Amino acid sequence: MALDRARTSSLRESLVKNPTLNLLANLTLREIKGQYKKSVLGRAWSLLNPLANIAVYSLVFGILVRAEPPLGTNSGLKSFALWIACGIIPWGFLATGTSVGRGALTDNAALLTKVYFPRFVLPTSTILALASTFVTELAALTLFMGLAGAGPRVLLRLPVLIPIVILNTAFVLGVSLVLSIGMVYFGDIQHIWGIFLQLWLYASGIVLPLAYVQQAQDKYHFPFVMIFQLNPGYQFVEAYRNVLYDFAVPPLSRWLVMLVWAVVAMGIGALVFRKFSAQIVEEL
Amino acid sequence: MTSSAVVVSDVSKSFRIYRDRQRSLKATVIKGGRARYDEFWALKDIDLEIQQGKTFGLLGNNGSGKSTLLKCMAQILRPNKGSITHVGRMAAMLEVGSGFHPDLSGRDNVYLNGAILGMSKAEIDGKFDSIVDFSGVSDFIDQPVKNYSSGMYVRLGFAVSIHVEPDVLLVDEVLAVGDMAFQEKCTEKFAEFHREGRTVVVVSHAVDQMRSFCDDAGWLRKGELMGVGPAQDVINEYADQAHNTPGAEVGDETHLKGHVGSGEVTIDRFELLTDGHEVDHVRTGDAVTIRMHFTCHKPVEKPQFGFELEHDSGFVVWGHISDEKDYPFPTLTPGTGAVDLVIPSLPLRPGVFSINGGIAAVGRARGVEQVLRALTFSVRGGEPHETSGVAVMHSRFENLVQG
Repeated sequence: MALDRARTSSLRESLVKNPTLNLLANLTLREIKGQYKKSVLGRAWSLLNPLANIAVYSLVFGILVRAEPPLGTNSGLKSFALWIACGIIPWGFLATGTSVGRGALTDNAALLTKVYFPRFVLPTSTILALASTFVTELAALTLFMGLAGAGPRVLLRLPVLIPIVILNTAFVLGVSLVLSIGMVYFGDIQHIWGIFLQLWLYASGIVLPLAYVQQAQDKYHFPFVMIFQLNPGYQFVEAYRNVLYDFAVPPLSRWLVMLVWAVVAMGIGALVFRKFSAQIVEEL
Repeated sequence: MTSSAVVVSDVSKSFRIYRDRQRSLKATVIKGGRARYDEFWALKDIDLEIQQGKTFGLLGNNGSGKSTLLKCMAQILRPNKGSITHVGRMAAMLEVGSGFHPDLSGRDNVYLNGAILGMSKAEIDGKFDSIVDFSGVSDFIDQPVKNYSSGMYVRLGFAVSIHVEPDVLLVDEVLAVGDMAFQEKCTEKFAEFHREGRTVVVVSHAVDQMRSFCDDAGWLRKGELMGVGPAQDVINEYADQAHNTPGAEVGDETHLKGHVGSGEVTIDRFELLTDGHEVDHVRTGDAVTIRMHFTCHKPVEKPQFGFELEHDSGFVVWGHISDEKDYPFPTLTPGTGAVDLVIPSLPLRPGVFSINGGIAAVGRARGVEQVLRALTFSVRGGEPHETSGVAVMHSRFENLVQG
């Protein structure tokens, strides 16, 4: 007990006394407060965008294409709109996170050329701010799932979301570290990444269930399913769906895949960032 | 024996100047190689030691590499070769208010800017009142900074910067912010830094400011360190030699821009002469003639000629308009002509000056012709050699009385 208290106080102390942590906290807060203050509706906008996407995809794939929604394992849910919602919101974090994160250095050129501070703080604070937005969206989604028929049972699964969000954030940060350095050298990465995200959306099974991919594989004898399984986008989004749509804990294999992707992305991100971050200023 | 606060050893820095305007991944993949570039050496083998507790000035013309060296010291740029070490905590003041967010309050921005400059939360908490007090914006501290006047914005930014209280402070020409009262406060703060034994490295080309401000100085030309030593000596040497280089800023204005006037006469060019020869620099105490060449298109009765000397800083040092009573010029008739202004002994100290010229006519409200900064020239050290400012007064000391 006494030891615990000592540990908390030293953590708080380092937050108060460590300049880099202080900078990370301040820049993250700057992003978050900036989002709130930019418009009257503030963060409500961040919820309206996914809602519009959910409506469009539900209409196109659920009603026009008449795609069959999968059956929620424990929840017994069978709603295309809810299934889409559980995919679109996590996908939004992947897409927005990497898109905003890739500009973390180039958008702050004025700051980078005038002050020295540990450069990793910029992409990290951007991603942390977006992660906090994502958590609000997840909270809204969970509430919505509870109201839509799942009832209070969904709350029991909430703790499972925490490690998924952490692994997912690490993955997005790792990718953003690489992209933000890349943007310094190649301005067209933003266009290339925009196109890539379009493809990645469909390759991650956000809008069409895996059953359709299986059908395509049987028909064309091409390992589409394996591609999906290897795709980190699919794995992360499915993990959220496991919890929120199926009310289940993701299988061990999925945890491992997520862990590997998070570690690999962070590892490569850190290596690239360490190699280049000292010399980016002259290219800005 | 004092020890070194900053040691720069054998530092070289080059920049790549890319031939293609915009580099893209697409072009790189298609061409199958890296973009083509020229290498430009901004710093060449710089060795420099800055003593602890001194205020050190880095001088040089634009493009001499002085700001690059400062940025290398500040770790913003990484040298290609060599190393830079420093003692204690270092802070750079290359800009004030870095990272201010317009939508956030002054209070939030103090914390944000302080964090960017490397202060911890506890440190900012402790200095907050002092920062706000120094900035003089306490009434508006909870307002978003986008509502601040530019003066308030700069003062708040400067107040945060100056409260970092580093062992080594790097400053890039940001001394002149705010009104007179605020500048005095800043000067006092720098003096306090000096008393406390902190080291300040300042980059500037405002030679006179540096003279009163610095203990030691070094000067750079085209990336090479030309001299280091006590500020007075180095600054004199710099003022003498820097203006000697056939550079962009001296005497290259061959055709004039920005004519203002009714246009009966146009000023073509100016000549600076000593001993009857055209020169691009003069020395304190020289007999100088400024010759104004003009073309007259329509006759002008009772013409008046005006000359001004303007200091580098934009301040008019002197002006003289011919008076009809002292020297009535005859009517100007179409054709080309010239008029001389004679200065028997130039009472200006070393610096860069420009000539403004004008032609008017008695009884007419509107000028006939005027050109500003038509010719820029440098004044180098001559006789007498007095200490600072723009003028020499042939002053002397006498009558020392003791006990």
